Amino acid sequence: MTKIGNHFFDIGYMDTLASGDSPLHRLDPRVKLITTLAFIVTVVSFDKYALSELIPFFIFPIFQISLGGLPTGYLLRKVLMISPFAALIAIFNPLMDREILLQIGSISVSGGWVSFFSILTRFLLTVTAALLLIAATGFNTVCTALARLGVPRPFVVQLMFLYRYIFVLTDEASRMVRAISLRSFHSGGMSFKTFVPMMGHLLLRTLDRAQRIHLAMLCRGFDGRICIVRSMKIGYNEVVFAIGWSVLFVILRCYNIPKMLGALVIGFFG
Amino acid sequence: MSHHIVEVEDLHYNYPGGTVGLNGVSFRITHGESVALVGANGAGKSTLLLHLNGYLVATRGQVRIGDYPLTRKNLKIVRRSVGMVFQDPDDQLFMPTVFDDVAFGPLNLGLAEAEVELNVMQALETVGVPHLRERPPYKLSGGEKRSVAIATVLAMSPDILVMDEPSSSLDPKSRRRLIGLLKTFHHTKIIATHDLDMALDLCERTIVLHRGKLTADGPTLELFQDEDLLARSGLEKPLKMQGCPICGKKGEEQTPLPDSKTCSGNRLTG
Amino acid sequence: MHMADALISPAVGGAMWAVTAGLIGYSSNKVKKELDDRKVPLMGVLGAFIFAAQMINFTIPATGSSGHLGGGMILAILLGPHAAFLTMASVLTIQALFFADGGLLALGCNIFNLGFFPCFVAYPFIYKKIVGDEPTQGRIMIGALIAAIVGLQIGAFCVVLQTFFSGISELPFGTFVLLMQPIHFGIGLVEGFATAAVVIFVWRARPEILSSAAMSMTIGGLSIRRVLIGLLATAIFTGVALSWFASTHPDGLEWSMFKTAGTEELEQPEHGVHASLAHIQEKTAFLPDYSFKTKTPEHEAEEQPSWPAVDPGTSLSGLVGSALTLFVALLIGLALRRRRGTKA
Repeated sequence: MTKIGNHFFDIGYMDTLASGDSPLHRLDPRVKLITTLAFIVTVVSFDKYALSELIPFFIFPIFQISLGGLPTGYLLRKVLMISPFAALIAIFNPLMDREILLQIGSISVSGGWVSFFSILTRFLLTVTAALLLIAATGFNTVCTALARLGVPRPFVVQLMFLYRYIFVLTDEASRMVRAISLRSFHSGGMSFKTFVPMMGHLLLRTLDRAQRIHLAMLCRGFDGRICIVRSMKIGYNEVVFAIGWSVLFVILRCYNIPKMLGALVIGFFG
Repeated sequence: MSHHIVEVEDLHYNYPGGTVGLNGVSFRITHGESVALVGANGAGKSTLLLHLNGYLVATRGQVRIGDYPLTRKNLKIVRRSVGMVFQDPDDQLFMPTVFDDVAFGPLNLGLAEAEVELNVMQALETVGVPHLRERPPYKLSGGEKRSVAIATVLAMSPDILVMDEPSSSLDPKSRRRLIGLLKTFHHTKIIATHDLDMALDLCERTIVLHRGKLTADGPTLELFQDEDLLARSGLEKPLKMQGCPICGKKGEEQTPLPDSKTCSGNRLTG
Repeated sequence: MHMADALISPAVGGAMWAVTAGLIGYSSNKVKKELDDRKVPLMGVLGAFIFAAQMINFTIPATGSSGHLGGGMILAILLGPHAAFLTMASVLTIQALFFADGGLLALGCNIFNLGFFPCFVAYPFIYKKIVGDEPTQGRIMIGALIAAIVGLQIGAFCVVLQTFFSGISELPFGTFVLLMQPIHFGIGLVEGFATAAVVIFVWRARPEILSSAAMSMTIGGLSIRRVLIGLLATAIFTGVALSWFASTHPDGLEWSMFKTAGTEELEQPEHGVHASLAHIQEKTAFLPDYSFKTKTPEHEAEEQPSWPAVDPGTSLSGLVGSALTLFVALLIGLALRRRRGTKA
C-alpha cells in the first residue's frame, strides 16, 4: 500500500555516513558541490552514442568512495536497485534505432544498443555522483553550501525544513495507514472512501503542527529570518581538489582515452 | 526581583468557536517559586500557559510579567523572560542539528557568534547532552529530545520557565533524570502536568484548574490530601500517596491476602 | 510523469534549468516580500505532507490501478502560487536526490512541468476563477477537477516537447503525444478528485483555513504575465544557444572553436585560450579514431544529425580501452583504500 518502507537511499543512513570523518568529509562542502556539478554537467554533455568516453569518469566516484571510506556494497546495491527504471526508459532506443554502428568481429551492434548502454552508463555515473555528495557531506550541509553559493535563501530554508519534517510526517502517515489496514478485512489497497478522511485528518494535523512550530519559533525570538552558523574554509586541499578534478574532466571530455589506450594495446599485439 | 513575578488578574478567554476556555483566573507567583498546574484534560492548563507569553490574548483581564503588563509592544522582551517548553519536542526542534536549534534563540537575540557558542554549550551541558551537538533531531530518542528542547529555552537565559507536560511519554529513567535536572533550576517554574508524583517532588505550590476556573491554590502536600477537591477536579492522589501497592494498606487498614500471606514494608512474605 | 535524465539533451535540460532557476528566484523574492513568517514552518511541513501523501495510494474502482494525491494544486490552495511553487520544487528536489526520480538534469524540467502549471496557471486562472471568494462543495469539486486536468495536460505536453527537442529518444512525436495525453487525462481526473475531496474535507472541518489562506495571498496578474514573457525569452535564448553548439555537428563544440581560431578577423579577449584549445583540437583531429574536424567538401556532403560512420577497427579499440581504463580505475581505488587503511 505504501512505499514508505522502501526508501531507495535510506535517507537517515545517509546522515550517518555523512557524520564520518575522512579527508573527503573534511573538504569544504561548496567545493564538493561544485565539483560534483561539473562532473554531472560533463557526463551529460556527451552525445547519445558516447560509450567508451564515459568509462574513465568512473574514477571520480571510485576515488570518493575510497577516500571517504564509504561502504561500496551498500552504495552499489542502492544504485543497482533503481537501474531497472532507467533501463525501462532506455529500452525504446534499441527497438527504434536499428542502424548498425559497430562491428566487433562477426557481431554487429546497432546504434540503438550503443545509445542504450550510453544512457545506462550516464545514469550510473550521475546518480552515484549525487549519492556520494550527500553521503560525504550530508543534506543539510549541502543546503548551507547552496545558500553560500547564492541560491535564494527562502528556497534553501524550505529545503531544510522539508527535510527535517519528512521523517515526522512519513512516520505519522505510516502509523495511520497501519491503523487502517489493521481494521480492513479485504485484500487489495485502500478505498477512496477511506483515503479521503485519512488524508484530511493528516492534513489538519499537519496544519496544527505548523502553528505549534510557529509558536515555538516566536517564543525564541523569530522575526522572519533564519540564521545558520557554519564555519566554512577554502584551503589548499580544496583548491587542489577542485582544480585537479575540473582539469581531468575537461581532458576526459576532449580525449577518448580508452580508445587511445585500446588502439595502443591492439597495435602492440596486432 | 520584580521581573520574576508572574501575575494573572481575572483572566477570561473564549475559544474561536465561543466555548469558554478560562473563566476568571487570578494568581500571583513570586520569584523562585515552583508551581504545579494540575487539572483534568480540557481544564484549561495549556490555554492558561499560552497567555503567559502573549500567544493568546485574553478576552478580559490582564497578565503581568515582572514590571510589564503584557501588550503587543513588549512581546519580544516578555518572550525572552518567559521560556516555554511545549509538550511535543518535535514542534520545538525544527533546525537541522541540535546545535542549530539551541543556537536559534541566542542568534535571534542578536548575540555574537562566540557568545552564542558559549550559551549553547552551557545549555547542552546543563541538560547533560553536549555530545549530541551535531545530531539531527530525528535521530534523538524521546528523552534526548526532551532534554534538547529544554536546552533550546535555557540558552536564552529566561527568568521564568514554563513547561507543558514535561514528563509525558518519558521512560522511568529519563523521567527521573528530568526531575533531578529540574530540581537544580533556580528559575521560577510553572509546570502543567498530569504527573502528580512529579508535582509532589518538584513543586511546593499547586494550582488546580477545573473547567476554566481556579478551584484551589496552595501548598502541594495539603492539596493532594484533600480527596474531595481532587475528585471534584477529575484527579486522584499521587501514586505514592495511595495505599501500599501490594496489600492496599492505607494507614492502619489491612486487607486479607490470599494463601495466608502477609505484607510488611511493601513486600509480600509468608 | 517525471522526466528522466536519459531522455533529456543538455540543451533542453539546461534551458529548462535556466527557466526554473528564474522562477525559483522570482518566487523566493515574492515570498520574502510577503513578510508572513507563518509561511516558513507551514511550507516545510506541508511539503513533508505532500511527500508522505504521494507514497499512499488508493485503488480506483473498476480499473484495479491506483491513484494518489497530486500536490501542486493542494499546495497552491493553501499557500498561494509562489510559496506553493517553492514547496513543490523542494519536494521534487529531495525526490530526485534520494529516490532518483528522474535525475538532476531533468529536475529543471520536472519542477517546471509539475510545479509551474499547477501553481501559476491552473490555480489562479482556473481554480480561483471558479471557486472565487465563496467556496461551496460543488465549486471546489469542479474547480479542482478542471484545474488538475488542464495542469496535467499542459505539463504532459511539455514532457513530449522536451523529449522531442532533445532528440535522444527514438519515439516519434505523434505516438508519444497519443500516449501521453490520454493517460494524463486519466491521472488528472483521479488527482483532481482526490484533491477536491481532501480540500472539501478540510473546508468542512475548518472553513477558516481556506478563507485565511485566500486572504494572505496576492497574485498581481499583470506582473505574472511579464514574468512569463521574460521566462519564455530566457528559455528560447538558452535553448537556442546550447543547441547551436550541439546542433548538427556531433562535436559541434570543437568544430566551432576551430572555426573561431581559424579565422583571423575575429578578435577574442581570451585569444590565447581559444588558440591553444584549437591547437589541441588540431592535433587530435588527425588521430585515426577521431572523425573529421576540418570543413572539407566531403564532410559537408555528409553533414547529418546522426553519427558519422565509424570504422570497425576503432570500435574494438574502444572496447578494449574501456575495459582497461575501468580496471586501472578500480586499481587506483583499491590502492587508495589500502593506503587509508594503513594510515588510520
